[in-house]
Amino acid sequence: MSTRSHDPIAAALRAPAPEAAAAARRFADRAAADRRADLYYAAVASPLGELLLVAGARGLTTLHFVQDDTDATLEGLALRRSPRIVESAAALDRWRRELDEYFEGRRRSFEAPVDWQDLSGFRRRVLRATAAIPFGETHSYSSVAAAAGSPRAARAAGNALGSNPIAIVIPCHRVRHASGGLGGYTGGLDRKKRLLELEGVQR
Amino acid sequence: MASIPPFQRALDEHKEEIWRFLRGMVGAQAAEDCFQETFLAALRAYPRLRPDSNVRAWLFTIAHRKALDHIRRRRHETPLSGKEERAAPERPDREIWSSVAALPPRQRAAVLLRYGCDLRHREIAAAIGCSEEAARRSLHEGLKRLRETI
Repeated sequence: MSTRSHDPIAAALRAPAPEAAAAARRFADRAAADRRADLYYAAVASPLGELLLVAGARGLTTLHFVQDDTDATLEGLALRRSPRIVESAAALDRWRRELDEYFEGRRRSFEAPVDWQDLSGFRRRVLRATAAIPFGETHSYSSVAAAAGSPRAARAAGNALGSNPIAIVIPCHRVRHASGGLGGYTGGLDRKKRLLELEGVQR
Repeated sequence: MASIPPFQRALDEHKEEIWRFLRGMVGAQAAEDCFQETFLAALRAYPRLRPDSNVRAWLFTIAHRKALDHIRRRRHETPLSGKEERAAPERPDREIWSSVAALPPRQRAAVLLRYGCDLRHREIAAAIGCSEEAARRSLHEGLKRLRETI
């Protein structure tokens, strides 16, 4: 018994089901509203391009500039945290709103919670020190290293910042060379420059 | 490294065929509830899935169970609801769909899984919880009945 394409039975049973897409969205929205999954993600538009946001019960775990590594990011979280990951714009709404306000120049610090669970050791200390740099200010790599307890580890601090999982909210763009040079940025130096301009930092 | 993919991927990849299966099993109206129940049960159990599992076959197993639950529940309802709308698609397919709806549940499942969703005999057997031989027979009988009525 083979299924032939001109077989009217097979054709009827195979008829596309466009309703499935809406049903799947309803499922994801309800799963988010009832907190059935462990992590939620959404792609969010911003003046610097699309952002990938991921959050769980403890707060935001990820803010990446979308650069084709979305799948890898989510797979990593599935492995480290939980595979119960569902797409839901509603679940990421509070972070999205704060980011909108930030980009509109109406917000200088973020209030929605950040999840520090995956961050440990020196990397955590560096990112903690970075999170404390106020809007519109910049610190040097060595001062961040010093604040993290290792004054001579400026290069290692740079590496820790390069692997910042929560860009913008943990403001690694506020760390640059003492000379005023921009240093590096995982999202690209152009984005770093534009974030500093937005915050009114003089070059 | 072996790991199970984010749940959303399973939902994206299989939503349409699961919907097609449920539509044929319980009709377009009830398919919505069964679809939601299927993926909710799947989401709950998902972290316990072994990394080498066949996610697709597993989802069909759950969907089949939810469809049977629905059919069983409906049997206990008042006769008034007995003639409720079944499969949705319009056009000449209507006749095919009402014949599919008239099949006994196991034959209906076997035909839908084979011809609607391209599952192999072994996968059909796993989804409906019977031997491969029994799945083959259900498929054969279901298809014969369909051809006779159309």
